Amino acid sequence: MSVGAPKIDVTVAEVVEVNSLIKRFRFVRADGGAMPPFSGGAHVVVEMEENGTRRLNPYSLMSDPSDTSGYSISVRRDDLGRGGSLYLHKQVKAGMRMQISHPVNLFPIDARAKKHLLLAGGIGITPFMSMMGQLQKMGQKFELHYSARSPQLGAYCETLAATYGDRVHLYYDEAGQAVDLDRLLQGQPLGTHLYICGPKGMIGWAKSRAEAAGWPRNTVHSEEFLAPPVGNPFDVELAASGVTVTVGAAQSILEAMEAAGVDAPYLCRGGACGQCETAVIRCDGHIHHHDHWLTPEDKASNRKIMPCVSRFEGKSLVLDR
Amino acid sequence: MTKTLFEPSIRSRPVYGELSPRAGSAHLFIADGEGAEAITDMFAKAGADAPALLAKSHIIYMPGPYGTDLSAALQALGAAQFHRAPSFNAAELRIRKVLTDAHMGLQVYLAGTETVIGLAQREVMMAGLPFEAVQTEHRGSLSRRVQCVHCKGVTENVTTDPFVCSHCGLNLFVRDHYSRRLAAFQGVNIDAEDPGLVPAAVERFK
Ligand code: FES
Repeated sequence: MSVGAPKIDVTVAEVVEVNSLIKRFRFVRADGGAMPPFSGGAHVVVEMEENGTRRLNPYSLMSDPSDTSGYSISVRRDDLGRGGSLYLHKQVKAGMRMQISHPVNLFPIDARAKKHLLLAGGIGITPFMSMMGQLQKMGQKFELHYSARSPQLGAYCETLAATYGDRVHLYYDEAGQAVDLDRLLQGQPLGTHLYICGPKGMIGWAKSRAEAAGWPRNTVHSEEFLAPPVGNPFDVELAASGVTVTVGAAQSILEAMEAAGVDAPYLCRGGACGQCETAVIRCDGHIHHHDHWLTPEDKASNRKIMPCVSRFEGKSLVLDR
Repeated sequence: MTKTLFEPSIRSRPVYGELSPRAGSAHLFIADGEGAEAITDMFAKAGADAPALLAKSHIIYMPGPYGTDLSAALQALGAAQFHRAPSFNAAELRIRKVLTDAHMGLQVYLAGTETVIGLAQREVMMAGLPFEAVQTEHRGSLSRRVQCVHCKGVTENVTTDPFVCSHCGLNLFVRDHYSRRLAAFQGVNIDAEDPGLVPAAVERFK
């Protein structure tokens, strides 16, 4: 998918303040039609235009996958971020027209599993909300372990507990509660798959504990969308297009290319899917790789870059785009 | 007999590795015939770690298709549990019970003929572990378990190509096309166009 891919014109049907940090947005089709169906764990890319800056940010769909009357997302306000979440929190009101992408799933349920163990941290709860809706309908076994700072900041804790009963386990940092992950991992029946979504530190920690406990790699799934990091501005030469673009401090290379009218491929815009992978023709300086896609060898070679999240520092960078 | 080397083939054809100890809460070994040596070799390589590994190991073993029985060497390892079965069929219920009661963290090691590796891997997959998570090492006979794609009957211990289906009597060409679900290679009628025109059988899978 890229700039030319079909978008869905939507109307913001509802904006709900879930707590002091999180708002929920519901989108319905502007033409009144049904939304395309999706599978639990899918996300959409939401387009935002503010003062001439265009942002496209991925958000997990949290509504029930069988509900095609609209999509819901929950957005945590990031006061230090590049502004996407602030824009949604401050500018987006019910009744507004927006554009979103078709749903894409990089975090699907593995249908071979006998049981699904879901591990959420903070706003990482959102993909699990649609997943649980689907698992429930499929009659699959699952268990959610959800850590939040406090009951006030733990979005949807009560709703989840009310809907899924003792399959939901809640932990509040402020109350000194923490999931006993090693014990949890040890007690799972053969054929259980683990799904992790939350802050970077939590994902890394949970993956390494699962590996140490002997969980095979392909039974452990995770998703983390990285917001493109901010940094110093730099220039990038796009050899195939014959232009040089300046990447602003709060802009990604992908966004700078798009602003210059270069049609570059993307899917997740969060360093997870691999779609935007671009060959580096010359690099005189240092590439700051921020993605989860390239192998450590690829990163060290400086021959490939993921323009949706990675940055550059140095004399010159020439890309095959 | 040591590890077998296979010619590269189509993607469907299973490939095997070399058993090596992995971190885990329990270790299940299923082997037949010469596969016992893959297990003893692995524990020899584990060195000082071997006793701790053995204390959490369960070995299920059956003689090979030509009667090779290395039970004594396996039993001498001193695993927490050792079980000798006369055949894979005889061991099947035990394997299912072990897998049903198992927890994540179990490591599975399969060694010996393709037939036993394939049948055991099918059980492990049905128990919910991805097939890539299972370690395998081929030792011993290359004889194949082949499904006739026409009558669906499975012929065990096929050593020649072509061979006669033990169920429907068709002359079958043995493909490298393999089904993990059936744990069998596929056999396709070789003289469908010109009945009776059958090349001489060659012993390809001793
Ligand atoms: S768009 Fe998915 S990794 Fe860049």
